[in-house]
Amino acid sequence: MALSGLEIYKQLPKKNCGECGVPTCLAFAMALSSGKAALDTCPYVTDVARENLASASAPPIKAITFGNGTVMGDETVMFRHDKTFYHETTLIVQVSDALSDDEVSVKLAEINGLEFDRVGLHYSLEGVAIVNESGDAARFAKVAATVAAGTEKSILLISDDPAALKAALVPLASRKPLIGEANADNYEAIVNLAKENSVPVILKAEGLDALNDLVEKATALGYKEFVLDPGSKTTVQKLADLTQLRRLAIKKKFRAFGYPVLVFTNHTDPLEEIMEASVYVAKYASAVVLKTSAKALLLTLMTLKQNIYTDPQKPIQVEPKLHSVGDVNENSPFYITTNFSLTYYCVEGEVESSKIPSYILPIDTEGTSVLTAYAAGKFEPEYIWDSITKSGVMDKIKHRNIIIPGYVAVVSGKLKELSECNVIVGPRESSGIVAFTKTLN
Amino acid sequence: MSVVIVKEKYASKVGEVVLGATSDQGGTRTSTVTVGGDSTLPYLHFEGQMPNRPVIAMEVNDIPPTWSEAITKQYGDVFADPALWAKKCVDEFGADLIYLKLDGADPEGLNRSPEDCARVLKEVLAAVGVPLIVEGCGDTAKDNEVMVAIAEAGAGENLLLGVAEQDNYKSLAAAAMVHKHTVIARSPLDINICKQLNILINEMGLPLNKIIIDPTVAGLGFGIEYVYSILERARLGALGNDKMLSMPIICNVGHEANRCKEANMTNADFPEWGELDDRNILWESISASACLQVGTSILVMRNPIAVALVKKNIDELMSV
Repeated sequence: MALSGLEIYKQLPKKNCGECGVPTCLAFAMALSSGKAALDTCPYVTDVARENLASASAPPIKAITFGNGTVMGDETVMFRHDKTFYHETTLIVQVSDALSDDEVSVKLAEINGLEFDRVGLHYSLEGVAIVNESGDAARFAKVAATVAAGTEKSILLISDDPAALKAALVPLASRKPLIGEANADNYEAIVNLAKENSVPVILKAEGLDALNDLVEKATALGYKEFVLDPGSKTTVQKLADLTQLRRLAIKKKFRAFGYPVLVFTNHTDPLEEIMEASVYVAKYASAVVLKTSAKALLLTLMTLKQNIYTDPQKPIQVEPKLHSVGDVNENSPFYITTNFSLTYYCVEGEVESSKIPSYILPIDTEGTSVLTAYAAGKFEPEYIWDSITKSGVMDKIKHRNIIIPGYVAVVSGKLKELSECNVIVGPRESSGIVAFTKTLN
Repeated sequence: MSVVIVKEKYASKVGEVVLGATSDQGGTRTSTVTVGGDSTLPYLHFEGQMPNRPVIAMEVNDIPPTWSEAITKQYGDVFADPALWAKKCVDEFGADLIYLKLDGADPEGLNRSPEDCARVLKEVLAAVGVPLIVEGCGDTAKDNEVMVAIAEAGAGENLLLGVAEQDNYKSLAAAAMVHKHTVIARSPLDINICKQLNILINEMGLPLNKIIIDPTVAGLGFGIEYVYSILERARLGALGNDKMLSMPIICNVGHEANRCKEANMTNADFPEWGELDDRNILWESISASACLQVGTSILVMRNPIAVALVKKNIDELMSV
């Protein structure tokens, strides 16, 4: 558990010198406990106290960085509603070195094609794992080199043969790949290889007891850049292990498990594999290694991870400027809505389905939905009209019709008066827009 | 060294609710379905029990649906006959329950009478032996008439009737009490309204084990994270002994997932999104998966392949 301010205070020199920038040691202790100050600013703290405090104030799950800027771990809560989840599950697709050269290039092209745009966000796959299934170190190194040359994505090198890993890793060390998997039999060679090349390493052992032993042994080699794989064989056991690893790290500050967790899927049927992976995305996996690279499948899984890792404290907003859908002209209908991204994209999607080119103006309601914005006084007719005027839409359309959300029908009178426009009350839900457009002439 | 795992201790558990009634119990169902009873967060079998596995209800409508062809092509020629449609869902697709939606009653559409709706109910009851969930067309005034007729026509069947909402729960709750049914209490993604509505319905005299809650679901990519957190908080509330949040949860993921663009756009419109058949299956399945991970007991679904996929996932999660 994190130390309280008073527990920290007991370790401080209690000189109240103020040299740290805070007037008293107690105030400094409080700032430390809430993460607002760093212990290094105290010139008089003893080495013993420094060690005690450093281990207590380290983040419960270490952040591990590899490849092309991929960050895993550094999570602080069990439930997203407690604060937020910080680092989206890293999705990785594996490429076997037992594939032929042609098959490798087909797979690589598929992997590089995993780029999607939806609701104003861009999704792309983060990593590629080259897996040594050929049993041949030279082949492994060759495929790794081919894949690395063919993609910018973060690279994982997976083999239990230290010689094969070394052959593949040394030429690619500048790409900072994640390597593994080190197990009870080969950990010394693989962890030392990682240490020599300054790359993070996956430690794999089946079951939490064995994993704990392996982490302790690996730590004794003087290295700490670890990613854990609990090696569980079934979906339900992986869920249990992922939950325990997160709980022990966060609630018990269990140091050996304070690292990101990576899992491989068990299923080979692609749809079943995505279902399985969705469990790990929801529940605590820092990285999931997949076999499939089919577009529709990855789009779905990436959408789930984006959703789960959305910060619940910050609603996602769209830019409150005039947007157009389709090939608009001066007769195109004009809708207003709010700039809460879900609201906006629901409206935009339905307007698109209506197949009538239209203008949409999301009013800046600080990312709140129509009803919430209205209740908070952020969707008043004066403000709406002011936003419409500033958007410049009135120079773009010849007609004088403004379509407003059905939930704020109550503002129509006042808005009509202010704008001298015809205010049309649209449907309450965006799902009614297509039917609504059929009533427009 | 052996690791001491963390087991949470909970003060209470989710209530159990029985749906349907056999002939001994005053109905005509060949079997009943029990949901709820969880004394742990979902599927953590090391710290508590999940005595009843989550179930899947498949949607049957009283009018032909406007669903994506990715779904309709799996059904064949059943949409003109709700009884045949329901039978196919149970016999071929393994539905645990049938969710009968009465869109034909919509005053803006076919405007079918309550008597017509009751007749459809009886046909479906005769065609299948599983318990039924019945929901109106969404027009509040009309639904109050329709659902009263449904409650009466299905008296004793312990139907799950939807939906009771904060400003319209009395007639449905009263009909459920008189004719021995269970109700769905729907709240708009708001944990306080969810609780409040349960209190109001309970105060009318309907016991807590006759209520299933629908905290409102959204589709994947369109706000499912809100649903996820509301459901997770509701489940923590139930385990923490908040009786007014302790009912099993229903999520209509079939309807919501299929409203999403990604589940419907053709390959020609969005080639960069991959195959529509797979997208449609997974948009619904992954929406369901997210709901299962935060404790949903009843999923309402449409795509038969998605149903099979989610059932398999539930099997895996329930195996210990």
